[in-house]
Amino acid sequence: MLIRRPPDIRSSEITDEKLYLTRRQWLAAAGIGAGIALVPERLLAGARRLTGQTDDKITPYDVITTFNNYYEFGTGKDDPARNAHTLKTSPWTISVEGDVKRPGRYPLDDLLRGLPVVERVYRMRCVEGWSMVIPWMGIQLKDLIKQLEPGPNARFIQFTTLLDPQQMPGQDSEVLEWPYVEGLRLDEANHPLTLLSTGIYGKPLPNQNGAPIRLTVPWKYGFKGGKSIVRIRFLPSQFRNTWNIAAPHEYGFYANVNPDVDHPRWSQKRERRLGEYFRRPTLPFNGYADQVASLYSGMDLKKNF
Amino acid sequence: MTTTAIIRWGLKPLIWVACLGPAAWLVHGVLRADLGADPVKTLTHTTGLSALIILLVTLTVTPIRRLTGFNGLVRVRRLLGLFAFFYAVIHLLIYAVFDHRLNPAEIAADIVEHPWVLVGFSAFLILLVLAITSPLAMVRRLGGKRWQRLHRLIYVAAGLAVLHFLWLVKKDISEPLRYGAVLLVLLLARIIPRVRAASHTGPGRDAALQSD
Repeated sequence: MLIRRPPDIRSSEITDEKLYLTRRQWLAAAGIGAGIALVPERLLAGARRLTGQTDDKITPYDVITTFNNYYEFGTGKDDPARNAHTLKTSPWTISVEGDVKRPGRYPLDDLLRGLPVVERVYRMRCVEGWSMVIPWMGIQLKDLIKQLEPGPNARFIQFTTLLDPQQMPGQDSEVLEWPYVEGLRLDEANHPLTLLSTGIYGKPLPNQNGAPIRLTVPWKYGFKGGKSIVRIRFLPSQFRNTWNIAAPHEYGFYANVNPDVDHPRWSQKRERRLGEYFRRPTLPFNGYADQVASLYSGMDLKKNF
Repeated sequence: MTTTAIIRWGLKPLIWVACLGPAAWLVHGVLRADLGADPVKTLTHTTGLSALIILLVTLTVTPIRRLTGFNGLVRVRRLLGLFAFFYAVIHLLIYAVFDHRLNPAEIAADIVEHPWVLVGFSAFLILLVLAITSPLAMVRRLGGKRWQRLHRLIYVAAGLAVLHFLWLVKKDISEPLRYGAVLLVLLLARIIPRVRAASHTGPGRDAALQSD
């Protein structure tokens, strides 16, 4: 799939916030999905191209920012929006480690400098069985990896979330092992679809969505998207990601969205798109099969779930 | 004021209002599209929790009677039980309609393949049987002793409901465990006094204690 590099967003192109709200009210009254109103046509066209469907209405901003799994701030869906204000996202430093030519501690701005900013509208499918459509803004992970120059033994890339119970009171709970760790095989990381996201709806990520920077891998279950990343490590072999540690029979490393591989306790054949009442069929690789299935040819996806 | 008056004009209306509260809240939420990002989840969770909580309340009737000597709650227990059944029916309907579009084959497959669905459905079946046999006419038809033995299944239903909750939660089992703890306390409140009574009293008193 060819992704042309889009120009950086000029600030004049970002819809004034007041316009967002009044347009949303008008369009909601007109019965049109509020989400579509808030996004420039360029992104909508991108959505149709990427999703191959026309019925993926973009989820409204207030839903995306108030329905979150971010256990560092509590296990309820509304907890992160309520509690994440204690997270300090600036200054932010990311430590690059492992088999890489440019390790070091990078201030976030330095790490991202010069890398092209992209806007992508992606489906996000949670392993629990619900899904959203999110207009992300960020950089392609492959662009960053190219700059960091991984060494010959780097086969996997690991992302670690901040560990700080003072800022993240949920880390006092033992519901998961902290810090939250996720990662990808290097070819998955280098895929054009993979992003490090820094914003949604053209605005910086709210804390509850993983500010200031998080991983976005649209063909995998949402828990693969580690939030508030402080460390990027290049490793020679696969490692245990946090949800796999928490429940090894239920959550794997690959976590590719797959209607044919059920969660041990519930089916993955259907999902509830937030805002809709009836479930819709879940698509292999969350609808991105054309772009990513080849990464897994020959792999037993039931074993490598 | 007689106990009957208190129950008829005070307690029963209170129970109606309290038990219909969650349903009213849900209807209000549906009409205003104000049930959160995942309305079906809110509907399912609220109706399930309401059924479970009301069910647990029915299990406090006998312990309260034994602790305080107050008999009156027995006369509202059927009303409470039927409210629990009411919420269980709505809970099941929401699941059957929105998760499975009323497709019997899909529902059957879910029951067979997923233990949390199986125990939930089993709990519902028990509540169905108990609801059907709740009228006085049924008590007479079955005979007091048989009716009582049948209605002890409420404990099985409560246990299955807690298990259902426990097995569907993703990771944070604190909420279902809390209800499990309450159920355990209520069970112990039933078993322990009876154990003590059996060792300290004669057969006559024993029978009286058992007939509630």
